[in-house]
Amino acid sequence: MDRRTMATMTTTPVTVLNKDSMLIVKEQDVVPFRNRVKEYATKIGMGLVNQTKLITAASELVRNMLRYGGGGNTLIEVVSKGRENGIRLTFSDKGPGIANIEMAMKDGFTTGKSLGLGLPGTKRLVSEFDIKSKPGEGTTVMIIKWKNG
Amino acid sequence: MKIEISKMLQKKKKQIIDLWMKNQLADAGLREDLMSNDELRVQSEELVDALLKRLNEENLADIDSSDFDEIYEILGGISITRARQGFSPRETGVYIFSLKDALLEILQQEFKNDATQLYNATIKVGKLIDNFGIVTFETFIKGREEVILRQTDEITEISTPVIRVWDGILALPIIGTLDSARTQVVMENLLQEIVNTGSSIAILDISGVPAVDSLVAQHLIKTVSATRLMGAECIISGIRPEIAQTVVHLGIDLSNIVTKATLASALKYAFSILQLEVRKKQSNSVKI
Ligand SMILES: Nc1ncnc2c1ncn2[C@@H]1O[C@H](COP(=O)(O)OP(=O)(O)OP(=O)(O)O)[C@@H](O)[C@H]1O
Ligand SMILES: [Mg+2]
Repeated sequence: MDRRTMATMTTTPVTVLNKDSMLIVKEQDVVPFRNRVKEYATKIGMGLVNQTKLITAASELVRNMLRYGGGGNTLIEVVSKGRENGIRLTFSDKGPGIANIEMAMKDGFTTGKSLGLGLPGTKRLVSEFDIKSKPGEGTTVMIIKWKNG
Repeated sequence: MKIEISKMLQKKKKQIIDLWMKNQLADAGLREDLMSNDELRVQSEELVDALLKRLNEENLADIDSSDFDEIYEILGGISITRARQGFSPRETGVYIFSLKDALLEILQQEFKNDATQLYNATIKVGKLIDNFGIVTFETFIKGREEVILRQTDEITEISTPVIRVWDGILALPIIGTLDSARTQVVMENLLQEIVNTGSSIAILDISGVPAVDSLVAQHLIKTVSATRLMGAECIISGIRPEIAQTVVHLGIDLSNIVTKATLASALKYAFSILQLEVRKKQSNSVKI
């Protein structure tokens, strides 16, 4: 088994101000989830561009979770670090996991005959990105978008 | 002597129905506007009839018994019709639980001298009717979900109009999320209209699409390709600034597609392809 499958990046210590979770099991859950994320982003006063980037990233990850992970759980948190406020989203599934994260993070890599832009694109859209996956156990992706990030 | 509960209830059928009806008609929440009292009586009789026919001493204590399948069938039917007629879940719940009141009243009359038997019978009948209640709620929700699904389909239908903006130019404003099912409808409508009208240009306006992720982008690209296969050109308009930035960061390549910021500029572009010119009318007073 590949030992590099547990990729960990810097995770900033943050204060959680508010949290909410939502189970994703079917395609019809995507839009309500995205709307919930938008609600929280609006509440903290995130601008339109960052909001759109955040919900697009959320959309990518939630679709991956449905398509490859067989659905899973999402966590929406309002977090703060120093003077900066932001939204942290966590997506965890108990699907097959990703054998080679490095490959999955490359533009154009797909096992689903798609564009292969979801993961690398998401990373470019958000302020912080962290992915953990273990074959046979599942995948957890965490992102943060700072209000002014 | 031990009296069989089921046999006893069977003998009291008429009384049970009368009591139940009395309970229902006395309820302040009776919806005579949704169902006539005669209809209500027929529905109630059918249920009591089916229940008493099936009931025996063994299955009375076994709510999962397959003997009750027919009753669940009837309950399901009642529940779904009620959901469609506009009854609230509470009203349908009250309907079932008022049957329990009627049954318990009969039990009380019969077993008034035998507390143990009254207790046993009450527990069993209570459990059975509670389960009927649960089944009713489940089916009620299912009935409502079906209504919602049907409405979703209808919304998808009506929210993807194809507009003939000019001879040879079609416009398709898309509002809401472009998921796979929606794309299918959009594409079918668009391709059909291209054939029907002989149009050579289609404008897909996405001003009303909240976010363009890789899936939506893929759907857009597919629609454009299909349009081209039909011999028409497809322009995507209504790309808002925040969408443009997101698409670029995501890494989606739309450079093979003609994109415009507004529907107006897309139309202008379409005119130029068709070599049409829209000009302000020359004023007559200029004439010398
Ligand atoms: N939650 C997950 N569980 C298992 N495998 C995953 C998960 N998310 C992503 N993958 C794998 O990583 C690959 C890359 O994902 P990415 O989102 O970047 O592209 P894609 O989903 O294939 O295409 P696109 O997102 O552009 O439609 C996927 O093809 C899949 O093999
Ligand atoms: Mg993806």
